[in-house]
Amino acid sequence: MAITMTPAAAERVKSFLKNRGRGVGLRLGVKTSGCSGMAYLLEFVDQIEEEDQVFESDGIKVIVDPKSMVYLDGTELDYGKEGLNEGFKFNNPNVKNSCGCGESFNV
Amino acid sequence: MALLQISEPGEAAAPHQHHLAAGIDLGTTNSLVASVRSGVAETLQDPDGEHILPSVVQYHGDGESPTVGLSARNAAVGDPLNTLASIKRIMGKSVDELKGIGGQYPYSFIETGSSVPRIETAAGLVSPIEVSAEILRNLGERAVETLGGDLEGVVITVPAYFDDAQRQATKDAAKLAGLNVLRLLNEPTAAAVAYGLDSQPEGIHAIYDFGGGTFDISILRLTRGVFEVLSTGGDAMLGGDDMDHQLVEWMRGQIGGEDEVSPSLLKYLLTEARLAKEALTEAEAVELQLQYGDYPGWQGSLTREQFNRLVDPIVQRSMRIVRRALRDAGVERDDVAEIVLVGGSTRVPLVRESIETFFARPPLQGIDPERVVSLGAAIQADILVGNNSDGDLLLLDVTPLSLGLEIMGGMTEVVIPRNTTIPVARAQEFTTFKDGQTAMSIQVVQGEREMVADNRSLARFELRGIPPMVAGAARIRVTFQVDADGLLSVAAQEENSGVQAEIEVRPSYGLSDGEVEGMLKDSYRFAEADRDARMLREQQVEAERTVVAMEAALQHDGDELLSAEERTQLEQLISCLRATAAKDDARAIEQLIEKTNRDSEFYAARRMDRSVHDALSGKSVDEIGEGE
Repeated sequence: MAITMTPAAAERVKSFLKNRGRGVGLRLGVKTSGCSGMAYLLEFVDQIEEEDQVFESDGIKVIVDPKSMVYLDGTELDYGKEGLNEGFKFNNPNVKNSCGCGESFNV
Repeated sequence: MALLQISEPGEAAAPHQHHLAAGIDLGTTNSLVASVRSGVAETLQDPDGEHILPSVVQYHGDGESPTVGLSARNAAVGDPLNTLASIKRIMGKSVDELKGIGGQYPYSFIETGSSVPRIETAAGLVSPIEVSAEILRNLGERAVETLGGDLEGVVITVPAYFDDAQRQATKDAAKLAGLNVLRLLNEPTAAAVAYGLDSQPEGIHAIYDFGGGTFDISILRLTRGVFEVLSTGGDAMLGGDDMDHQLVEWMRGQIGGEDEVSPSLLKYLLTEARLAKEALTEAEAVELQLQYGDYPGWQGSLTREQFNRLVDPIVQRSMRIVRRALRDAGVERDDVAEIVLVGGSTRVPLVRESIETFFARPPLQGIDPERVVSLGAAIQADILVGNNSDGDLLLLDVTPLSLGLEIMGGMTEVVIPRNTTIPVARAQEFTTFKDGQTAMSIQVVQGEREMVADNRSLARFELRGIPPMVAGAARIRVTFQVDADGLLSVAAQEENSGVQAEIEVRPSYGLSDGEVEGMLKDSYRFAEADRDARMLREQQVEAERTVVAMEAALQHDGDELLSAEERTQLEQLISCLRATAAKDDARAIEQLIEKTNRDSEFYAARRMDRSVHDALSGKSVDEIGEGE
């Protein structure tokens, strides 16, 4: 399995990275806490760690640490609009239930 | 499903704990809100895709909430009394101050008990603060919807010349709108931040802000990541609108005909003028076809060269203000590293060319000059809520006018000079004037003139409970403190006894940049007269002090130490000194004080001998030795 990005998400990440002027890719991760167990993490990456797993999607490096990988395997990162708000979405097949807002989840 | 943004490495927030922040450019004509998302500062748009919100509020009767923005601006012609625009110009102004400028507004100002003016509308009386709050609330709500959560805080930009009252009024408006103000930021500083000038090691930068109705120039210096405003200058009545009017004059000359123009024709011509001006930023010439109602029409072309000749006087006026600001800052034009353009009028090619010629280098381009201020505010807000630990830049602003207090004789003693970077705290020691003086009145003033009466009084308070001492023995330390938002507090403490008093200055008055400018000009124009007035008052105060001291001494021991003849002589001197001090010859007063001191030396010597004698009498030599 792997981690993928929709073309819309890839395009946004590309432009954000260009604008930032540095960074090797995008980190997807999960961390404990939140109202329903786990929470997503989305960060720029300046340095890839030894244990990190790196995926290429549309020319962009997607970086995931092994602990997060077990929760994220098969995830597709999407970018969308809801009203005035816009941002990234995790389409994660591992999720059993999530809190109302979708910011944290259970597997 | 929540929508997520990308964070800096290691700074992803815990769920439901995002630090959302926005920057707001609260302008005279237009306002904008911006925020940093996924590391990029962007202006936020409303549901119709508009970024710019006209700073216009229309009030309605029967409890309907006010309309803000474009629809309010469009309603202005039909409903002038309830549609409030350009409110920023009267923020922080008192009723008295409005008497001068209120006539320019079509609204009905109402005098109430308070010093804050109210405007009568269909929704009742509203203050300028409430009107601004409506604009801020609108932008705040847009940010909450766009960012998908409550704002932790906002950074609001204000002109660098805004005084305490205007800054406080802006903060009050934000509070009323339910926004937490992280910081008020000077507009030029925000523009420099948007261009990332703060990431350079150091340099002096000029921020040239040419809007629709106002012109401002600020000279900033960056050293080791710290921004400091060296000087500001401007003209509140100079802007792109003046170019439009100049062009209308020209059009009327082409059309010919009557001298009087109806308001509707004028409006038509202004619109045509603005369109021509905008077209000429790209094109070398535009074809004009003027036809309105039954008025005679005109058809012809306008070249950029012609246009440049028409508006050149306006651009040159701005360049003169630039020169003065450089002189104020004490920098040469070659010292300026970068020039930042702000405001829609900087799109006019002649403006850019004039700047490039003057500074011998092109101004920075790339960021929309109408959005650049709000983008800088957003970047600063993002840092202040802790989203970007790299950006620990500290922004410093300056006091637009000197702050000081009144000393004996109605003179101004400056404690914090004008253009001092803030936040700042300065203390100065003062003392009592009379023996046994137990209270001191402290009048806080703002301005550049030598006499208090010519400056602006901000506040007055009293320090009471000073223990009785001889004149000059009390040590009263007065501390002026201006915080990061430009608000002043003044504290006074008598050092021997510890009694203290303080006041926070939240003055109900404000000054326009025009008035600040006027006060500065006066201080230059009257520099000589001020110096003479000050010298005279200094001598008069010194004469008064001498008279008071002599009289106290005579009353105390004059009979014992002086012969009748000597005493009469001294009394004559005193009355002579008093009479001379009442006139306005500083030199004569000074000479007479010297003479009085000389002629009374023998008396002072006798008093000294006497007090030494008193101190030593009745004591053994051993006791005196121990005392030493």
